[in-house]
Amino acid sequence: MMFGRFTRLGVSGLAGGLALATLALPALAAGPVPNKGDTAFMMIATVLVLLMTIPGLALFYGGLVRSKNMLSVLMQVFAITSMVCIVWVVYGYSMAFTGGGSLNQWVGGLDKLFLRGVTAESTGATFSNGVVMYEYVFICFQMTFACITPALIVGAFAERIRFGALMLFVLLWVTFIYFPMAHMVWYWAGPDAVGDAAKKVLAATTPEAKAAAEAALAAVQSDAGMLYQWGALDFAGGTVVHINAGIAGLVGALIIGPRVGFRREQMAPHSMTLTMVGAALLWVGWFGFNAGSNLEANGTTALAMINTFVATAAAALAWMLAEWMEKGKPSLLGLVSGAVAGLVAVTPAAGFAGPMGSIVLGLVAGVICFLFCTGIKNAAGYDDSLDVFGVHCIGGIVGAIGTGILVAPYLGGTGLVDYAAKPGEAVAAAYVMSTQVTAQAKAVIFTLALSGIGSAILFKIVDLIVGLRPTEQQEREGLDITTHGERAYNS
Amino acid sequence: MKLISAIIKPFKLEEVRTALTDLGLQGMTVTEVKGYGRQKGHTEIYRGAEYAVSFLPKIKIEVVVADGEVDKAVEAISSTAKTGQIGDGKIFIIPVEHSVRIRTGETDDDAL
Repeated sequence: MMFGRFTRLGVSGLAGGLALATLALPALAAGPVPNKGDTAFMMIATVLVLLMTIPGLALFYGGLVRSKNMLSVLMQVFAITSMVCIVWVVYGYSMAFTGGGSLNQWVGGLDKLFLRGVTAESTGATFSNGVVMYEYVFICFQMTFACITPALIVGAFAERIRFGALMLFVLLWVTFIYFPMAHMVWYWAGPDAVGDAAKKVLAATTPEAKAAAEAALAAVQSDAGMLYQWGALDFAGGTVVHINAGIAGLVGALIIGPRVGFRREQMAPHSMTLTMVGAALLWVGWFGFNAGSNLEANGTTALAMINTFVATAAAALAWMLAEWMEKGKPSLLGLVSGAVAGLVAVTPAAGFAGPMGSIVLGLVAGVICFLFCTGIKNAAGYDDSLDVFGVHCIGGIVGAIGTGILVAPYLGGTGLVDYAAKPGEAVAAAYVMSTQVTAQAKAVIFTLALSGIGSAILFKIVDLIVGLRPTEQQEREGLDITTHGERAYNS
Repeated sequence: MKLISAIIKPFKLEEVRTALTDLGLQGMTVTEVKGYGRQKGHTEIYRGAEYAVSFLPKIKIEVVVADGEVDKAVEAISSTAKTGQIGDGKIFIIPVEHSVRIRTGETDDDAL
């Protein structure tokens, strides 16, 4: 998913109140007005993504820890969500979705600090020419992405982190890693800006005017984040959300170290029921995440929806069958872990692959994540408590590379679009698999490096300032009582 | 008086209760317990992590009967709780010195 530069509608006489402004709008004819159906759809998609996080992710993770730490996981996910909501409107949105001047390929600027200049009438681009959306809706939609991404990380070092240290880490992590990543992948000028600039090139009559218009078009096309300019496709956040959070989780698990008693004591999940409820809420909410990432309600949105059904189902079955063959029994945890792996893998591909391609993607992701979480992880010996790396990072990589392959029109994919070739319309652009897969791989490697190294530095800083780990005594007693003074269950 | 303490498989509880009620016994105390004998435990696998679970869930029935009824009660429990598989449980019989019904103050056999 990518998003264009928002502009104010420029209604200068707004002082007269909303009714006046509404009356004045048609006369101004400043540009397209958001469709009410699109707006309603995007608002629902936004709260569905919140539902994924609370209670979906919180229950999915919570069921997998021991009962003495259940409440701490619920607490961490809810508190992170609350904090990032505020940070997002104060400076996060501006860092992610405004032009960044000389740093534009890396990060946005501070033009919209405290949402300066955004009004109820502000609109911005979608992926269709002449279709816009309300900026407040976009801000809220993207806010939920900023909330869930750091919440995903907590699974990697669940049951053994100090609450204050986690909150400080998340504050730093969204600031220095998430907001820039979102900018690099999703910030671009929008189809209308590209189309308008391309029209001026066609309309130019003199060589000088043509050269100037071509320069202007190039400027519009380069007004985008670095990974977007590389041509990397990421429909709903495979790199920004899943690989980003997955590698940060692994780094955290390595720096914090394994749980006390890891591999010597019983650490079986305390409630498979809650884990299943959480996984099911994740799947339901993910329709907001993937289909909503099209930013309007149209056929591509429906494509993202069907892909989110079938890839998930295929991955759930694939993990279950692989486990059945390998370990002798089909497990519920395997089934729902496979579903989450499929959701992760289809995230970057949702609006690009065809349904049959998505089934293949889900099958591959289910088997690879199963092999990783049950075999490779054990051989490596690190303690990623809830398999954040094995599911989100590995599944995200499968999805990112798979997107480059499955977008191919001859494999049922949508192909690539060009907004400049025929101004005002999105037409098919040339697709070369090797070029596209290379761009995807570059984006993956870049994300692994930025988030891996950046997270390591941030964990070390937090460890120096406040200390990451509770005492062994606190950890043995459980974080619920020692950190929060409450229990998840009192009976 | 004897205390009969029987450890049985949880799904057998209802059959055992019915059999004891048919004998005319008026009450029992039931506790959910965990333990192991020759059945040992089993293995649970969560993603890659395998855990040996030593203690299995069982039900402990406690019932106090008059000396003359002990054999019938033990027979009723052992015949209904039996599956023939390992892990069916055990029955212990312990002498009881004295008993009191709190509501009425009746004692010993009258209190049962």
